[in-house]
Amino acid sequence: MIQIKDLHKSYKMGKNSLHVLKGINFNVEEGELVAIMGSSGSGKSTLLNILGMLDSSDSGEYILDNVPIKDLNETKAARYRNKFLGFVFQSFNLINYKSAAENVALPLYYQKVPRKERQEKALKYLEQVGLKEWAGHLPSELSGGQKQRVAIARALAAEPKVLLADEPTGALDSKTSYEVMDLIQKINDQGNTILIVTHEPDIADMCKRIVHLKDGVIIEDKKIEQVRAEQYV
Amino acid sequence: MWILDRDLWSEIFATLGKNLFRTFLTMLGVIIAMIILVLLLGGANGMSNGFQKIFAGTASNSLFVWSQSTSEPYKGFERGRRIQFKLEDATILKEQIPEIEVLAPRIELGNHRGVVTVYRKGLTSGSAVYGDYPNVDEIMKKKLLEGRFLNENDMTESKKVCVIGEETYKLLFEKGENSIGEDVRINGVFFNIVGIYKPNQNINIDGENSVYIPFSTFQKAFGSGDRMGWMAISVQSDTKVPVVESQIKRLLKNKYDINPIDERAIGSFDMSEVFNNVSAFTGVLQGVSFFVGILTLLAGVIAISNILLITVKERTKEIGIRRALGATPKVVKRQIVLESIVITVFAGFVGFAIAIGFLAIANNMIGENSDMPFYNLMISIPQFLGSFILMVGLSVLIGLIPANRAIRIKPIDALREE
Repeated sequence: MIQIKDLHKSYKMGKNSLHVLKGINFNVEEGELVAIMGSSGSGKSTLLNILGMLDSSDSGEYILDNVPIKDLNETKAARYRNKFLGFVFQSFNLINYKSAAENVALPLYYQKVPRKERQEKALKYLEQVGLKEWAGHLPSELSGGQKQRVAIARALAAEPKVLLADEPTGALDSKTSYEVMDLIQKINDQGNTILIVTHEPDIADMCKRIVHLKDGVIIEDKKIEQVRAEQYV
Repeated sequence: MWILDRDLWSEIFATLGKNLFRTFLTMLGVIIAMIILVLLLGGANGMSNGFQKIFAGTASNSLFVWSQSTSEPYKGFERGRRIQFKLEDATILKEQIPEIEVLAPRIELGNHRGVVTVYRKGLTSGSAVYGDYPNVDEIMKKKLLEGRFLNENDMTESKKVCVIGEETYKLLFEKGENSIGEDVRINGVFFNIVGIYKPNQNINIDGENSVYIPFSTFQKAFGSGDRMGWMAISVQSDTKVPVVESQIKRLLKNKYDINPIDERAIGSFDMSEVFNNVSAFTGVLQGVSFFVGILTLLAGVIAISNILLITVKERTKEIGIRRALGATPKVVKRQIVLESIVITVFAGFVGFAIAIGFLAIANNMIGENSDMPFYNLMISIPQFLGSFILMVGLSVLIGLIPANRAIRIKPIDALREE
């Protein structure tokens, strides 16, 4: 699903250049649930941004679903994001004046899905995250866990190839975190490919594979026995 | 067609409706600008219409020619010789100068602006008495309060009839008294009144207190022979009055042995000059109004652009989210520009409606019968369309500023955790 070869990225900070990613190589198969771990400054967020086409690499190869991702202009990047990727953010990033259902339907709007079909799909995915009754509520009327579930429904609505989650439990207490992870595991059980950036070991343990980043290189890449979140809920 | 896309519009109205009060304040600039523009244009148009109303009935392409005394000696004649036109001059001019459309000869009792006493049942009026051809009405339309103007029949039969001015009526009759069919006496001759006219307050060539009788009757009653006092002449609409004016003068100077360089022997008044001056004046006024109005409108639209810039700044995160979810720069840009257009056009229409209301009230207050040079204050369809297109054009151009700011927002910057 994802092939990355010798990925480099550096940021210019005034006169100094900060080399953040120093040759990343890794592949992700379809249906994997990967945790990308590392302390802050390890380059994990930069990697996720490049995977998410929110940022571009300096050199290296990135192939997503057999499509080489290169020479992206803003329009092309937006199209690919819309087609291939679903995003889940730490701070949920819901649009605060739109209802839960409208938020979920937003990526479909940019896919030019007809209005009625959009509403049906939005409700379907809200039901999947267990928030069908909250469809008409604004984000401000939802709890943190509920907001993140709406964000996950939104990420799923576009039926992406890969789900990218940047610290999805970072703003949640542990009980809610496990609920969200339970949901993510169940989505993964259905065959969705998911990448999670996290620095919490217990969250990483709930994935199927952990990629450990340090100072811009992968220092560890191992398959693990998944801890089911269900038991903590 | 994206323009019919219901979702696009609901997106736009959702964002505008989010901060209704601010949206309204933003609109205020354009509303007021539009009011100013429409009021200025309406006022200028009203003035133009007002002048047109004042001149209504007076042929704009007309001139008046009368005789005076020579100021240069010529062919053995000394200066100071009084020129007297003859009725045949009218026929000659009409034959030789085809550009003349209507030529109405006139003669008056006494000297120019001379006053003759008109009697009726012991009441008197000092009036100017004119012998006229009925076709003078084609050049200077008389607004009749009662009865009719002189006609061809009066002319051919030399009827002893007259048309009197309102002022003359007031002097000769009691208030409300019937005058049509009554007789007045001028120099011992009785004339039957067939009409009363109201003088034009603004262009008054004949004086207020005047009596008109048929030219032929004048000749018989007062023995004026073939003498002619002056001529009212209208020229064909595609001809310039000054050209015909000099042709007429050349011809008459030749006939009466007047020195060609003599400027005083024949007097004339070019009516078209007055019209041209007035229409140039109102034209300039309209131009200035439009200019001032458009600049005000520009200021209003710039205010909208400013607010949208602030809005874009505030919505950085939201725009970032949209971009991450797949909104292309084009979509974002289009939305911001459309917001600019929607605010401007809506505000424009509100301002337009208010201004039209003001103009309607002003029209109501001025009314039909005012002597002020203001009438029917309204803006024309082309002016409306012009301002409308300009307004939309400006809003697009100005909307592009915040729109371009919006598409410079990178999702990664917008979404970076604080």
